[in-house]
Amino acid sequence: MLSRVVENIYWLARYVERAENTARLVRVNSHLVLDTPRTIAPGWEPLVEIAGLHDAFYAVDRETNERNVVRFLIGDANNPGSIISSLAAARENCRTVRDVLPRSSWEKLNELYLFAKENVQSGLTKGGRDNFLDGIITGSQQITGLLGSVMYRDAAWHFSRIGRNLERADMTTRIIDVRSTDLFPDDRLESRSLDTLQWISVLRSMSGYQIYRRHVAIRVSRPDVLDFLFHDALYPRSFMHCVEAVDESIENLQKSDKVLRSIRAIKRKLRETKVAELNQESLHQFIDELQIGIMELHANLALAYFPPPLELEEAG
Amino acid sequence: MPIELKEYDPGPFFDEMMAGKNRARPLAKELIGLFRKMDSGELATRQGAADLAIKEMGITFTVYSEHEGMIDRNWPFDIVPRLIDRAEWDRVEAGLKQRVKALNLFINDLYHDQKIIKDGVFPAEVLAESKNFRPQCIGVNPPLGIWAHICGSDLVRDEDGTMYVLEDNLRVPSGVSYMLENRLVTKRVFPELFETYAPLPVNDYPTQLYEMLAALSPRNVKRPTVAVLTPGIYNSAYFEHAYLAMEMGAALVEGRDLFVDDDDCVYMRTVSGLKRVDVIYRRIDDEFIDPEAFREDSILGVPGLLRAWKARKVGLANAPGAGVADDKVVYAFVPEIIRYYLDEEPGIPNVPTYRCMYPEERRYVLEHLDELVVKPANESGGYGMLIGPRATKAERKTFAELITKNPRNYIAQPTLGISTVPTVVGRGLEPRHVDLRPFILSGRRTFVTTGGLTRVALRKGSLVVNSSQGGGSKDTWIVEAD
Repeated sequence: MLSRVVENIYWLARYVERAENTARLVRVNSHLVLDTPRTIAPGWEPLVEIAGLHDAFYAVDRETNERNVVRFLIGDANNPGSIISSLAAARENCRTVRDVLPRSSWEKLNELYLFAKENVQSGLTKGGRDNFLDGIITGSQQITGLLGSVMYRDAAWHFSRIGRNLERADMTTRIIDVRSTDLFPDDRLESRSLDTLQWISVLRSMSGYQIYRRHVAIRVSRPDVLDFLFHDALYPRSFMHCVEAVDESIENLQKSDKVLRSIRAIKRKLRETKVAELNQESLHQFIDELQIGIMELHANLALAYFPPPLELEEAG
Repeated sequence: MPIELKEYDPGPFFDEMMAGKNRARPLAKELIGLFRKMDSGELATRQGAADLAIKEMGITFTVYSEHEGMIDRNWPFDIVPRLIDRAEWDRVEAGLKQRVKALNLFINDLYHDQKIIKDGVFPAEVLAESKNFRPQCIGVNPPLGIWAHICGSDLVRDEDGTMYVLEDNLRVPSGVSYMLENRLVTKRVFPELFETYAPLPVNDYPTQLYEMLAALSPRNVKRPTVAVLTPGIYNSAYFEHAYLAMEMGAALVEGRDLFVDDDDCVYMRTVSGLKRVDVIYRRIDDEFIDPEAFREDSILGVPGLLRAWKARKVGLANAPGAGVADDKVVYAFVPEIIRYYLDEEPGIPNVPTYRCMYPEERRYVLEHLDELVVKPANESGGYGMLIGPRATKAERKTFAELITKNPRNYIAQPTLGISTVPTVVGRGLEPRHVDLRPFILSGRRTFVTTGGLTRVALRKGSLVVNSSQGGGSKDTWIVEAD
């Protein structure tokens, strides 16, 4: 399997996952805003932070209101993390590896990209938003499911799995980081129920609410949710599960000591931290360390398996 | 409202399906009959379904636009198939095999003894000014003595119904993937016609291509490693490169994926280290394949590739230097080339061609510029041509000067009234001009595609079928006449 090809597949999987996660974020926030009294509404600013796009958003002079944030996250071609940009990038990566992927995956991705492009205007309206986001989420899942059900389990498959799970792990930490900020610091009954609402929205954004209620607890509380999202190895969007999946796939590749060291470091850090007991500040610190760990792992993967960077930037 | 063919009028041109207004040719009786029974709204609906299928299947080609940069366009496709009688096709196929055989002998001769020049059949000065002759290839003996493994020859039909060869593409001819995809789309659109006509299948091509390439392997292994070398996603034929690699189970590589080691072998960089490549189907022009041997500034190629090929450590198709026969002046000599090497008469005639290098022929061309089509020797894609009858006085004057300055570089041909085929326009059918590009594979044996790619000029009256200039395509059916 060509190094360039696995790199493209890795990014293809990351971008599809990113498009799905961004759609989930916007959808959950839309619902949360509707549920909270206007005076203390959580607003839209945290979404920009979750996506890690603070600089890109504020590079242009604009107000942090619903309209602007949604446009920025869904349809802004200048935002490299927007749904439309992610899908365009996924499609470009797919185009160069069409020969190793099942034919229908290109067709589905192409369809999804065209759907996003043609419906983005209606996605920006309040009435059309849910429909648009649903389309993105379903479409992304279709591609992920397709790859999972028909791809030959060679290096191409393992890199798609690594890409998807690293992106998902990264997004899980981002959501927790921003959403765990104490929005409602006082201890009035009204605030406490809003706090619960907040954590429910976190679980919902990761399709984890139903599972949490069945397998963890009926009551939604911060310590339990944190433990669930970081440590529950059976929940496919938990940090632990994602990292285990990455580890398993790495085991199938030609051995690289640096890559193995970085994945072990992440797992050790996770094992040794009791997240339920962390206060806001140390939680933030912990998340920072995990994110740096993911970045290191990515750098070592690139060094070990991807082609050397081009000396000349652009091919004529 | 049913589809009307009472007003269908190809004018002076030969129409492939209609013998006159409202009168189908015998071969096209059932096809035209189907349209007669069809509501005009349904015709538009079926064309719409085909367009949608093409969009969803992502069948595209890339064009460059000054405003938008590189854009990916959906492949324009017309749903009405073009029918060709099997008996006629058998003759065309034999003619193409003969032609390509002679061209390969010609190329091999040019890089060795140049007997054809010594015998006075082919002028030395034409070779001296050839842009595609590669002195680096002199004396090389490629496997089986074949240089042009993949050839795409363009055929056209004149007013009287005669089929001519218009040109031979021996460098990196493209279009075969669209031929294959067109068939898939037509199966979705007109399933009922397949029962009536049972057109000969076209899908054998990727297997034939793989076997031909595998036979070039320097190593005697069961499954040699074959790679398709592409310039990358910005090339107009990238879709095809990916498609063929996928169909053959070959690796699709870019220059940067490959490198030539000190042992002169070619390797590709893979996740599990370096892997030797046995055969490369290169879709990059000679000039760019190897900066060590050709253009130093090329970053698309692989340094040392020519060295590896000469050392017989890798198979290359087409062989470097094969393009010497892909030249419109050489074209004019093909009938003589066939007679010289094979001692046979050409099975398919050339379009009458005036060679501006000969004073008498040049004089005729300059005096008849308003009737002729003038073509430069080495351009492709329909660029740099003069279509005399449609040109302005100033354009003709410019070309007269160009020809006088560099006569070797120009040929001229009479304006051909190329044939038409019914084509969907809105809710009805109108005649549009077509050509045909079959593909010929040469290896241990020679293989010709069943039919080929029919290209159609979608604009009314236009004779230019190139996709970069408003052309589309049609499925081509080789069918048995009753």
